[in-house]
Amino acid sequence: MTTAVDKPRRLMPRWRDYGRPRELVVRYLLLVFVLFITVGPLLWQLLSSLKGPTEDVFGSGASLFPHHPSLRAYRQVFDQVPVWTYIRNSFFVAVISIASQLVFSTMAGYMLSKPGWKGRKLVWVVLMASMMFPFESIMVSLFLSIRDLGLVDNLVGVWLPGFVAAINVLIMRAAFLAVPREIEDAAMLDGAGEWKRFRYLYLPSAYGAILVVTINTFISAWDDFLWPLIVLRTEDHFTLTLGLSRLQSSSFGYDQRLVMAGSVISVIPVLVLFVITQRWFYKGVSSGAVKL
Amino acid sequence: MAQHTLDQAPVPASPGAGALSPGTSPHRPPGRLRRALRSVVPGPTADAGGAALYRRWWLPWLWMAPAIVGTTVFGVFPFLNTLLVSFTDAKPLGGTYNLVGLDNYTRMFGDSDFWLATRNSVLYAVIVVPLMILLPLLLAILVEKNLPGIGFFRSAFYTPVLASSVVVGLSWQWLLSDQGLVNTWLEKAHIIREAIPFLSDSWLILLSAMGLTIWKGLGWYMIFYLAALGNVPKELHEAAAVDGAGSIRRFWHITVPGVRQSMMLVGTLTGIGSLRVFTEIYMLGGSTGGPGGADRTLPFYIRDVGLDPLTGNAGYGAAVSVALFALTLGLTLLAQRLTKEDES
Repeated sequence: MTTAVDKPRRLMPRWRDYGRPRELVVRYLLLVFVLFITVGPLLWQLLSSLKGPTEDVFGSGASLFPHHPSLRAYRQVFDQVPVWTYIRNSFFVAVISIASQLVFSTMAGYMLSKPGWKGRKLVWVVLMASMMFPFESIMVSLFLSIRDLGLVDNLVGVWLPGFVAAINVLIMRAAFLAVPREIEDAAMLDGAGEWKRFRYLYLPSAYGAILVVTINTFISAWDDFLWPLIVLRTEDHFTLTLGLSRLQSSSFGYDQRLVMAGSVISVIPVLVLFVITQRWFYKGVSSGAVKL
Repeated sequence: MAQHTLDQAPVPASPGAGALSPGTSPHRPPGRLRRALRSVVPGPTADAGGAALYRRWWLPWLWMAPAIVGTTVFGVFPFLNTLLVSFTDAKPLGGTYNLVGLDNYTRMFGDSDFWLATRNSVLYAVIVVPLMILLPLLLAILVEKNLPGIGFFRSAFYTPVLASSVVVGLSWQWLLSDQGLVNTWLEKAHIIREAIPFLSDSWLILLSAMGLTIWKGLGWYMIFYLAALGNVPKELHEAAAVDGAGSIRRFWHITVPGVRQSMMLVGTLTGIGSLRVFTEIYMLGGSTGGPGGADRTLPFYIRDVGLDPLTGNAGYGAAVSVALFALTLGLTLLAQRLTKEDES
């Protein structure tokens, strides 16, 4: 460790290692330009929600930054709008979706990764077929089913059609297939039964895929709009996206700052999840390609 | 001990399987089907001499059951049911219904609002797909090089993907309103005298919604391309650069062929996605879908005609749903054919 240091390569690269200065400047300028376009609108939303009551949000008198920053809008949105109810409803749908998706897609993905049982082909066909139909082309029929089950205006009705998805089964299957056969053989020789091998060998090896499924499910449940809009009727049952859109179009003419505060609040959970598990978000993108 | 097959292990094999102890079923010699199967799919026990098939044939089905039920009842059945319902005049809230034969379809083909919605959806795909194939690729090239702070930029470009369509829709709604930031700035810069009616002119609403879709999808497909770009050999770029090829020529002759397959995939995915657009129109054009419903897309129209609690006709909505599915299927087949031609 502490032997003669013969000045090896510098650990920190110098700027000129990254390319010609002119090219670098152009690159960073472009990066900042795209940053302005992509994050700008959301950042503006955040800044406007922090503006005090005397500041303009719109019109030529509006400045970009709040001169008298205040959290008034956030206090008011909680006072005047049942935001907690919306949040609770959204979380309810998201959490039971994650639970059911995880349990059922790991089980099915595990069995599908196994050779040696009759009917795998048939199951495969059913899974593939179920992915062929865009949600929008079957939502009429789905609504009729939900109605027949008496689940209109019920959060369970929002959750039910998506309680397990073929795509997640495929993601889990791919992850389980990657577990080396030799390890399973060894576990079997040691007397580990099906359940033990699943629980203590396969599940821990597939934690990456499990995270991807969790993240995908959370985001799609949290951000979903069309299906809750169809199923839910009363404000007590609204999810956050539904509540926000209703807030904006309601005739009460809410202070726009309140709506902005509400949208900022709705992004926070996803943003936190993203910061914690960033790598797996990106993994989820490429696994989405299996969708075809 | 060496003869453990999948369900012969001494420990209860799975929940519910403990009732049968390993000794109760005598070892059966592998049948013809089993041997054939094993030769195709070598399993973990294929070399142990035991049967590769599960002795209790229902065991795998027990594990699969929830997924099979879910995908059948809420994936495959709804489509078949949609076909059936499209021949009826069922109401969204129930009650009696009659078989009406092909009435819904004849009505659909003569319905100018249906054609308008179809036009909007197709136009959406035609404009969004090429931009969605190209722009994220350029973005991916921009963030590909490992520069200081590049991780921050990548994450930042991804944030629109995280926010829900409703939130970004609200944001754009405020930006594009008559008093919004875009109009205010353009007025201040004396580019325009009067506010551009982004949110009241039906064409501008449609174009704004397309912009919103592209803006929200940029980060997602950027990551998608980033993975593909990693597979393009760096040496090709270097060799071409030595030969004096500029960056634009290298883009067309090295990068594009290298990520061609990804481009086809992105094209297919965004094409299908364009036909599914609903929230963008709802947020920018309002719950009517633009002035007089002029900006409604097919999903929007399905919801309007099929699911409205008072005036809705689920039968007609189902017929339009079938049209939407046919369009999606056509697009998928087209994309498959293009991909195949491209490969050969």
